[in-house]
Formats: sequence, C-alpha cells, structure tokens
Amino acid sequence: MPPLLFWTFAALMLIFGISVIAQPNPVSSALSLVVSFIALAVLFVSLDAFFIGIIQILVYAGAVMVLFLFIIMLLDLRSGQRKKAHAVTVAGGILIALIFVAELGQVLHAFPEGNRTAPALGAPVQDVQSVGHVLFTSYNLPFQIVAVLILVATIGVVVLSKKELD
Amino acid sequence: MVTLNDYLFVSGLLFAIGFAGVMLRRNILIIFMCLELMLNAANLSLVAFSRFNLTPERTPNYNAQVLVFFIITVAAAEVAVGLAIIVALYRAKQTVQVNDINKLQF
Repeated sequence: MPPLLFWTFAALMLIFGISVIAQPNPVSSALSLVVSFIALAVLFVSLDAFFIGIIQILVYAGAVMVLFLFIIMLLDLRSGQRKKAHAVTVAGGILIALIFVAELGQVLHAFPEGNRTAPALGAPVQDVQSVGHVLFTSYNLPFQIVAVLILVATIGVVVLSKKELD
Repeated sequence: MVTLNDYLFVSGLLFAIGFAGVMLRRNILIIFMCLELMLNAANLSLVAFSRFNLTPERTPNYNAQVLVFFIITVAAAEVAVGLAIIVALYRAKQTVQVNDINKLQF
C-alpha cells in the first residue's frame, strides 16, 4: 500500500477515534466509531487480511454498532444531561495516555527489527481458505468453545432482559 | 514505505485514545465504545505481525488472524451482554452516568 494511502486512513481512523470521546451526543460518538472501524478495515485490507477486513465491517461496523445505536435511542438520552469529569480526572487521563504514547515511541525506537517494510508474498493470498483451514484444524476445539460461549451469551441476554430482574 | 513500526505506532495511538476515553467520559455507553476501540487497536497490531512475519512458505501467519477472528467473536458476545446489563441498570437507576452509579463504591 502506498504510504500516502496508509497515512490517510490511519489519520482518518485516529481523528474519528478522538471524535468518539469529544462528541457530547452519544449518537454522534457511535457514528464516529463506525467511520473509525471502516478506516481500520481498510488498514486490515492493506495488510492482505481481506477476510478480517470484511468481517470487521460486517460484524463491527454493521452488527455491533447498530446494536449500540439501537440501545442509545432506546434509552432516550439527552445530550444536555452530560456531566463533566473532574479537572483532576481529565488531566490524569490525558497524562497517562501521553505517558503511554511516549513509552511506546521509546520501545519502538529501540526495536530495529520493526524498521522494515512488508516482505514480498510467495503467491497472492487465498485468505478465506487459509484462515478457514487453520480455524477448523489447529483451532477446532477453541472454535467449538466460542460457539458455546455465544450460546451462553444469548441466554444471558435473555435472562438479563426479563422484567422480573428489577 | 510503510514499516511494521508505523502500524504498531498507529495501533498504540488508537489504544491510547480508547484509554483516555475510558478515563475522561462519564457516560457508560461511551466508556463501552472506548473499550471496543482498545480491542480493535490490539487487533491491528496482531494483523500487522501476521503480515510482517511470513511463514517459510511465504504466506502470512494465519494463527494471528484466527486469534483476531476469535477476538471479534468474543467482543460481539461481550457487547450483547454488556448492553443488556446497561439497559437493566438504566431501568433500575434511570441514569447512564457512572458518577450516579456508586452503590458498590467504598
């Protein structure tokens, strides 16, 4: 991928990521998050991970964010009732994030192996086939366990949503 | 050209944004969205490692992509349960501001 495209989509992802925490209205935050996830899917595609890029858009930008929007609109939140965090909390949060970024820069600076471009592939990737093959051979048991986990989550949501809980 | 460090740095920045959001915002729904942002930052670095460390057959390392697949699946289940908890909480307390939800606070 040309560097210009990479930095364009990386900047898009980060700007809309900041927009998620800067927007006063939760609906705007959720829509910013959708744009951020789509830019992230483009970065996945730039890394020759086409399958992951597609399920990123289908599952995250599609299913998960629609669920978020559904709940936000169901709860009928007014943006006016936003409460400001304490100044100390704001300063602390930004400070810890900045310390994390500075430390990351230092670690990456001391990591010469990361300073190389992507090696050439032997052949065009057969992405879905390869991921599917690894998934159903090496990771068959975890795959089944995840299926049970989703069943448990479904039952859990039904139980949590029952009226008698409150 | 784009190097592995570029991808890792962008991924780290996305994680830092998500982390700052968890600290700064008081709305539990937005805190939850920032958690998703942090999960996705981890996914980006996993996919970058998969592409930059080829197997001897010169294909991407698909173990990392399977791990990303599992993370996305579990995150979808987590979102469903988490939002159900938030709705139950809203029914009981009529608020989504974490400052007003302090029953377990010391």
